Amino acid sequence: MSWVLDNLDLIGSLALEHLRQCLLPLVLGFVISIPLGWVAYRFRLTRGVILTIVGLLYTIPSLALFAILPTVFGVGFLSETNLVIALTVYAVAILARSVADALGSVDPEVRQAAVAIGYGPWRRFWGVEFPLAGPVVLAGLRVAAVSTVALATVGILIGVDNLGYLFTNGLQRRIVPEVLAGTLAVMLIALLVDVLLVLAGRALMPWTRRRRAARAPLERMALRAGGAV
Amino acid sequence: MNLFLDAFAWIFAPDRLAGSVPLPLAIGQHLAYTAVSVLVAGLIAVPLGWAIGHTGRGREVAVAISGAARAIPSFGLLVLLVLVFGVLHKPEAAVTSFVLLAIPSILAGAYTGFEAIDRRVIDAGRAMGMTEWQILWRIEVPLGLPLLIGGLRSAALQVVATVTIAAYVGLGGIGYYIIQGVPLRRFDQILGGALVVVAVALVLDGLFALLQHLVVPRGVAAGRAPELRTTSSRRRAAVESSTT
Amino acid sequence: MFTARNKGRLALGAVAVGVALALSGCAAGDPLDPGQPSTGEGSDTIVVGSQAYYSNEIVAEIYAQALENAGFTVERNFSIGQRDAYLPSLEDGSIDLFPEYTGNLLQFYDADATATESEAVYAALKAALPEGLTVLDQAPATDQDSYNVTKAFADAHSLTSLEDLAGLDVPIVLGGAPELEQRPYGPTGLADFYGVEVSFQATGDTTVEELVAGTITMADVYSADPRIQTEGLVTLADPKGLFLASNLVPLVNADIASEIADVINAVSAKLTPEGLVALNVRSTVDQASTPDIAADWLAEQGLV
Repeated sequence: MSWVLDNLDLIGSLALEHLRQCLLPLVLGFVISIPLGWVAYRFRLTRGVILTIVGLLYTIPSLALFAILPTVFGVGFLSETNLVIALTVYAVAILARSVADALGSVDPEVRQAAVAIGYGPWRRFWGVEFPLAGPVVLAGLRVAAVSTVALATVGILIGVDNLGYLFTNGLQRRIVPEVLAGTLAVMLIALLVDVLLVLAGRALMPWTRRRRAARAPLERMALRAGGAV
Repeated sequence: MNLFLDAFAWIFAPDRLAGSVPLPLAIGQHLAYTAVSVLVAGLIAVPLGWAIGHTGRGREVAVAISGAARAIPSFGLLVLLVLVFGVLHKPEAAVTSFVLLAIPSILAGAYTGFEAIDRRVIDAGRAMGMTEWQILWRIEVPLGLPLLIGGLRSAALQVVATVTIAAYVGLGGIGYYIIQGVPLRRFDQILGGALVVVAVALVLDGLFALLQHLVVPRGVAAGRAPELRTTSSRRRAAVESSTT
Repeated sequence: MFTARNKGRLALGAVAVGVALALSGCAAGDPLDPGQPSTGEGSDTIVVGSQAYYSNEIVAEIYAQALENAGFTVERNFSIGQRDAYLPSLEDGSIDLFPEYTGNLLQFYDADATATESEAVYAALKAALPEGLTVLDQAPATDQDSYNVTKAFADAHSLTSLEDLAGLDVPIVLGGAPELEQRPYGPTGLADFYGVEVSFQATGDTTVEELVAGTITMADVYSADPRIQTEGLVTLADPKGLFLASNLVPLVNADIASEIADVINAVSAKLTPEGLVALNVRSTVDQASTPDIAADWLAEQGLV
């Protein structure tokens, strides 16, 4: 315990680094998944291919993905950019499926009603389908966020400093509180991000506060996303 | 093209059969750790998940555990257990960390598998006079198998990925080549190792997907149309989730 | 799931991914060469870097504090990792100063170097460094690979030097970092220089414990590791020069070398082998923080 108190500034600065490294992949992942998920939902032919590719990407172990990405994007193997791209890939893998399922879960009658009123496709998407799909997308986003925060620690193996540093340094020096502090810090940050997303969801989607009915399918979707490593 | 060719050349070079960790041995170690861990985790999580799914009690706790477990950094847990167990008990520490990481997915697969079953089928079973045990083994377990296999699949892939990282603490496995290749500056080795572990992951994923398809009871598969346009999102999600 | 249609899609998806990967693999250069790292800092800030090794980080922090005491503005960029990651940054000026080890660095730039003595290695290193990089004075402290056995094992077989291993009738298992297997001073070097056949086990960060426990016979331990003394290990002598001497040496960007030479050379002069071990003890045994260790050492040496 005294180790933690003596090194709060180290833990704090690493935690901030960690958050910073996780933010961009989540934003990028979210932005990329919306059109991707929409295409998968809208065009039945592409759904299989997109979700299959995305699913395959998700099965790739992180350390292996770090090695493959430099060949595709020309980034350095031992760089933060490599980590950010890898985290984005995993986030897209989770979110694309979420978005596709979420759009699919919107009641077709509501969509037909929107058409009947005269909404064009753009307005229908942003005004009706996406907001209604919101809760499921949020569930996927929470899963992606928590997974990203936990996964980013592997970055230390490619020389990117974040909370993962506490694991390798703690192992080298045999300081258990250091490794424990790192683990708990990651979990706390993941929890924090999760809570922030829930609050953001309640703020942006006030109509969902009463809704309990959609729990089970949400969980099943979250289960499918599984845990990333 | 040259990077991938170099990697393939590395994979198939005869040197791979020599050295302190020949490639086939590394693959074997990797699969062995995965198999043992998923098995042990399954022995713990499946009965527990079935109990939760059948009785409906303890659900909130299970959901909370599954959610919280996703936040655990697997690398951190591994290093922590290696330090706590003592560096001379690395395999035990590693397997323990793999088991702990695999349990949440399998648990979730077990209880959501039961929850996805139409309540009316269970009511029908009760109406026919089945005992609780009969309902469990004749209705719930077979119908819940696809989602359970899905959970096992998820867990297995997560363990494969963690075993890859475990090479950092000297556990062997395919990750050994990636970890060794970094200070040696051999990208063909790094990429070669990465491609091998990806191949292993994909094969495992395919096997589980096949298994998931095969365990759907014949009666259920026959009655299901490939594309459903139901208005009930719940039923739709229930069907879709078993055809992952 | 595996209907004909789905199988077709799966195959199509896999082929698409495969083609994309194959095509892209053509374009990329060497992924271990980061190319253009971030642009350098303002010329009045000295950026000090370190390896992902706690001992190296302590020396880097000592450099940093010494420079700050002399009035420089210092920025720290620690735990960067492998040489491939930080050497280009040193060359282009985004990092100015880095604690390095003469022998290992020489082998990095010139894998066929033949020098093994401390002075010879230092001279060869100076010659081998690329334009834009130079080294200041080397310190007496060394932190190099060394082969160690337990005292019990050394006594039982009367071992004092690597030469004594040749006639040994017990199988020797060598433990160390995974890359040791392929290093020139690894198993192949032992066979070539001393005629000793060893089998290898990658033990990484747990090497010393495994040596003490007996799961390996001989271990590659850094000479400044305090556990050589605390665990009573015997370092086997290396008369044939299998290992290059590896003194602690400041690697600097040539442009700022003259500015900081006085401060850093004063630090290097006081960094003795025992002193380095003592610093490592403070980190692992006392679990003190790096800045505290560095500040205390500078005060003790009268350099602050």
